[in-house]
Amino acid sequence: MSTSTEQHEHGMTDAGYIKIAIILAAITALEVSTYYVDFGPLFMPSLMIMMVVKFVMVVSYFMHLKFDSKIFTFLFYTGLGLALFVYITALATFKFFIS
Amino acid sequence: MAETATHTADHASEHGHETSTGLTNNKLAMWLFLGSECLLFGGLISTYMLYRGRVSDGPHPMAIFDIPFTSVSSFVLLMSSLTMVLAVSSAQRGDDSRTNLWLTITAVLGATFVGGQVYEFTAFIREGLGFSTSLFGSSFYTLTGFHGIHVSVGVLMLLSTVGIIRKNKITGNKAEVVELVGLYWHFVDVVWIIIFTLVYLIPS
Repeated sequence: MSTSTEQHEHGMTDAGYIKIAIILAAITALEVSTYYVDFGPLFMPSLMIMMVVKFVMVVSYFMHLKFDSKIFTFLFYTGLGLALFVYITALATFKFFIS
Repeated sequence: MAETATHTADHASEHGHETSTGLTNNKLAMWLFLGSECLLFGGLISTYMLYRGRVSDGPHPMAIFDIPFTSVSSFVLLMSSLTMVLAVSSAQRGDDSRTNLWLTITAVLGATFVGGQVYEFTAFIREGLGFSTSLFGSSFYTLTGFHGIHVSVGVLMLLSTVGIIRKNKITGNKAEVVELVGLYWHFVDVVWIIIFTLVYLIPS
């Protein structure tokens, strides 16, 4: 570990975290803009992509999964994957995806 | 593989624990807990998605949602993740005063978010959306209420951590304790990232 006061144990500096937060804030602003601006057919895909990007950024950088043991990544994404599988199946059973 | 083993062994020695995985049990338990929380919130979000169009005689979601207000609340919670990670960073440097400062700011931001949610609920009830008004109302209040309870618990955890750091009551690895609280806090934030998009921004 560096002696620098800015250096983080898991390889990111405080400045790095601030940069990530600025990117997240910008994406949030873009998300909110979809409420005011007509994105047409890109509305839904763009919102979903921005949501996933924000999710992955917080989990990878703020929660340190990118720098930590892969066992933690496995545990978390297994739970998430299981939740997605179970609930997408449940929603499909209720014909949620058929408009 | 050998590199991973070395990494995990180093990781364990950093935190002063010897476990068969080479990782601290506390952190492993927290990640397992967060994995299981995905299932809880997955169920609540799916239920809301199914019922959001069932408004009965009550107000429609898009008629009562105040997107500018909720956007500000979302921004506040997002920024609390930054202050939380700065608290973890300070704790890992052994800087107690800065750790406490960032933890307190995070708690204030979290309390602001909860306050916003209480205000939002009050406004919705005034506009005619009670818990039992419609399936939309029930699923909406259950989902966002559960999330609000998680944020409130997080605020209590943050303030408790500030208290025990001040009194120097942490016998183990102080940085790890702050990191575990941080993991919970960030999880609460990522759940809101999903709720904000699926519940508020995508019309039913």
